Amino acid sequence: MSLFKFHGGVHPPEHKLKSTAAPIRSVTMPLRLVLPLRQHVGNVAKLMVAVGDHVLKGQLLAAPDGMISAAVHAPTSGTIAAIEERLIPHASGLPDLCITLNADGEDRWGDHQPLDYQAQEKSAVLDALRLAGVVGLGGATFPSHVKLRADDAHPVLTLIINGAECEPYITCDDLLMRERALEIVRGIEIMQYLLGAKHAIIGIEDNKPEAAAAMRLACSQNSISITVATVPTLYPGGGAKQLIKVLTGLEVPSGKLPTTIGVQCFNVATAYTVHRFIDHGEPVISRVVTVTGRVAQPGNYEVPLGMEIFDLVQAAGGTADDSNGLVMGGPMMGFNLPSGHVPVVKGTNCIIASAPALFAPQPPAMPCIRCARCAEVCPVNLQPQELYWFARADNFEKARSYDLFDCIECGCCSYVCPSRIPLVQYYRYAKSEILASDKARQAANVARERNELRLARIAREKEERAAKHAERAVGARAEAGGDAKQAAIAAAMARAEAQKAEIVPQNVTDLSPLVATEIKAIDARRGKVDDRD
Amino acid sequence: MNQAPYISASPSVTSIMLRVLLALVPGIAAYVWVYGSGVLVSLALASITALGSEAILLHFRQRPLMPFLMDGSALLTAWLLALALPPLAPWWLVVVGTLFAIVIAKQLYGGLGYNPFNPAMVGYAVLLISFPAIMTQWPVPLALAHAQLGFLDQLHFIFTQALPGGVTLDAISSATPLDYLKTQLKLQHSVGDILHAPVFGALGGRGFEVVAGAYLLGGLYLLQQRIISWHIPTAFLLTLAVLAAGSHLADPAQHAGAAFHLFSGASMLCAFFIATDPVSGPTTPRGKLLFATGVALLTWLIRSYGGYPDGVAFAVLLMNICVPLIDAATQPRVFGHE
Amino acid sequence: MMTALLVMIGLALLLGIVLGYSALKFKVEGDPLVDKIDAILPQTQCGQCGFPGCKPYATAIAHGEADINQCPPGGEPGMRALADLLGVEPKPLNAECGTPKPKSVAVIVENLCIGCTLCIQACPVDAILGAAKQMHTVIASECTGCELCLPPCPVDCISMVPIPEKVDNWKWRYPVIEIKSLAV
Repeated sequence: MSLFKFHGGVHPPEHKLKSTAAPIRSVTMPLRLVLPLRQHVGNVAKLMVAVGDHVLKGQLLAAPDGMISAAVHAPTSGTIAAIEERLIPHASGLPDLCITLNADGEDRWGDHQPLDYQAQEKSAVLDALRLAGVVGLGGATFPSHVKLRADDAHPVLTLIINGAECEPYITCDDLLMRERALEIVRGIEIMQYLLGAKHAIIGIEDNKPEAAAAMRLACSQNSISITVATVPTLYPGGGAKQLIKVLTGLEVPSGKLPTTIGVQCFNVATAYTVHRFIDHGEPVISRVVTVTGRVAQPGNYEVPLGMEIFDLVQAAGGTADDSNGLVMGGPMMGFNLPSGHVPVVKGTNCIIASAPALFAPQPPAMPCIRCARCAEVCPVNLQPQELYWFARADNFEKARSYDLFDCIECGCCSYVCPSRIPLVQYYRYAKSEILASDKARQAANVARERNELRLARIAREKEERAAKHAERAVGARAEAGGDAKQAAIAAAMARAEAQKAEIVPQNVTDLSPLVATEIKAIDARRGKVDDRD
Repeated sequence: MNQAPYISASPSVTSIMLRVLLALVPGIAAYVWVYGSGVLVSLALASITALGSEAILLHFRQRPLMPFLMDGSALLTAWLLALALPPLAPWWLVVVGTLFAIVIAKQLYGGLGYNPFNPAMVGYAVLLISFPAIMTQWPVPLALAHAQLGFLDQLHFIFTQALPGGVTLDAISSATPLDYLKTQLKLQHSVGDILHAPVFGALGGRGFEVVAGAYLLGGLYLLQQRIISWHIPTAFLLTLAVLAAGSHLADPAQHAGAAFHLFSGASMLCAFFIATDPVSGPTTPRGKLLFATGVALLTWLIRSYGGYPDGVAFAVLLMNICVPLIDAATQPRVFGHE
Repeated sequence: MMTALLVMIGLALLLGIVLGYSALKFKVEGDPLVDKIDAILPQTQCGQCGFPGCKPYATAIAHGEADINQCPPGGEPGMRALADLLGVEPKPLNAECGTPKPKSVAVIVENLCIGCTLCIQACPVDAILGAAKQMHTVIASECTGCELCLPPCPVDCISMVPIPEKVDNWKWRYPVIEIKSLAV
């Protein structure tokens, strides 16, 4: 098949061989697991358990809250020990609400069954997937059930499976494709069915020939036709939009979803978890994590979610003496972990034990000399040197008008900057300031509206009170002047008389003789009363 | 602690500047071969003045000294200016020009990365306007000179303007080829006749063409090292060649041909070393093409119709003014945008 | 002489037409300045500026009756935005109006609340819920942090709590990598 190119890109040293020597290894189930309620993009999951509850493996601990949200499950059987704020693997280094689960050592599965997805309505399958906690495992952690819901307005023609894994050091998808190709293909088959997509293409960078071969073999054993495409190794070719461009030649319009051009993109590991859930009934409770860098046994480990990263690194033989920290993700887009004592989450694709020898300390930044190397490598074709200038000067509106929000934060610009300016940090800063000020602006608009409504209400109440006062004043004057009062009373009586005259008695026809006499008697009594007036 | 990306693969600013300096070495060697080693004195004078004034200004502006002195940018400005000046220019001319370039055009605008104008060209333009006579007095290439000046004689001349006994100023200096052409055209001579004069060589000015060739060599090295992109040199040389060739075809008596324009004056120096200054130039690919086309057009116009024999400095400065406009007008299409 | 005169007259006519046309074409209806100023103000409705709310302050600025530096919740950026809009020089915030504080919300200590409804009447955005002799509570998402409910409370049961930094409102910091001198 013919391939296309995207602008820019860089070729950082790959460092992948270190962690591909050994097959995926398993780890012993830790005694304690910590499961953050926020492991995905969207709303925080809703708690479904309480402290002290005993749960089984695969049991729902927190349910998705709304459409864009994902569930959290128990990776093993045990007791809920705590529900509290704990440090999570997040760039902010801030704590968030987590469930602490003490394993009972039995690792006993709860009730779980395969789903006959073809016998059910697609929406029912998707609802089931929503409760399975399936999210994009490439790192974006967007809930997959949302992306799998076929939209009539934008039918998906092409399903793209992302096996590019362009970041240096990371090999978890590579190993998964080598070892579990059949399962991945099965997952793709299910996804293709759900989306009603005509084609499925797996994009794999040409530095992973083993994985591509394994996927080709698995596809040839499957009845449906899936194309395995090897794409040139070029960072960030594994970005969803970049991979779509390379494979289809189409660009996802800015600010739109890939479905607007008839494409949907998932990571290979996501396809694998879809298979695990549909064919085995297992929700997402573990993932493959690359542990590499300055550790004794770099490699890929199948890790239960919630395992402390420090324990995982110990399982990989521990860090070398010169290691000075842990990075989650790759060297281009990863972040420093606030501590080793944070759990593995759904988005943990790679842990790198960093060291000065591995990642040299960043030298002080020099002024920008406008050499435009950053613009040459920008995969989105932005002008990073201009964005840097605007972000640095807090000129946010200008930054936005130069399409700051199209930046994918891939780090290519910083990677090639001769002045060693932390460009991506400036863009992240500008983006979060803009988003915060947008939010503040919205809140201000709400406050303005509420204030105006309140002022209007006060004005109205004042008016009503004034009207009441005026009426009472009229009444008081009437008391003072007898004629006026008499006239008012007479008018009221006249009104009452008129009303009475209007009332037509009902049920006066077809009366039984008994009732008729009764009515006559009553009327007679009334007449006497009226006469007395 | 570092932040992503944790890895970097780029030459530092210093290394870029040093490689540009290295690319100037063939040009300097050719210079020495053609005009004698006096130019080395100018280079040394300019370098010392540049580093000294930069250090003083950095001190006053309370900026760290070493990273900026070591970045090589002041040295590059000094070298470019020294190479643009007449090789036997008096010492004070070199010093004044360099001071102007570093103090006014660079540091007072904020130092490295903040100068809107090419500092070397600002220095050059100031000198050209202030001292036009000295600025157009070029030594005769050694091969043509009636009297040979040794290094010590040249050194002595630079500092005292005194010549050894028996040698007259006219014996060792003459107008530049571009200047000569301009004067002779005013005297109603045709280009064909004028180019037979001894100051002209096979391509451009005799001697000048060798130096220009050496600059071209250095420029190709910069391209190969990806220090500069192809846009500016290509657009500049192509535009200049097309304009010169076109006008030459239209009126051979009044206009010199493409080869003469490309290998005379500061054309090659401009194409690879001056117009490619990133700080004062545009950043977008189309902007670079536009900028270089403009520089070439202005250069040719000033050479052909203006009051100065060479127009590179003014052309570059005039186009520097347009850079923000050019950049704003040539923003490339962003991924996913119409 | 004649041509020059004609040229000048022609130019005058042409420019006159252009100016007249643009005056019609780009005519601005009403006085949008108050709304523009109001859009910049943070809508805290706190009255620290000396006016009974953001809109009155905006009106006063537009009429030249108030300065642009009287809004502590808007802080330095708000003042700069106003200076930008009005084309005047930025000036430091007027300390008499108060100093910027981290954004906070009012919290009612519910077991102390006697249900007097005074705070409800004071709240400019109706962000306090409750009825007479019933415990009151603040709708945190609607509270602007204006502090107007504090003085009327007879039992001092309302306190201002700064909004803590959480994972969902956390912001990336301005990168600070100083150019350090290497050898000096």
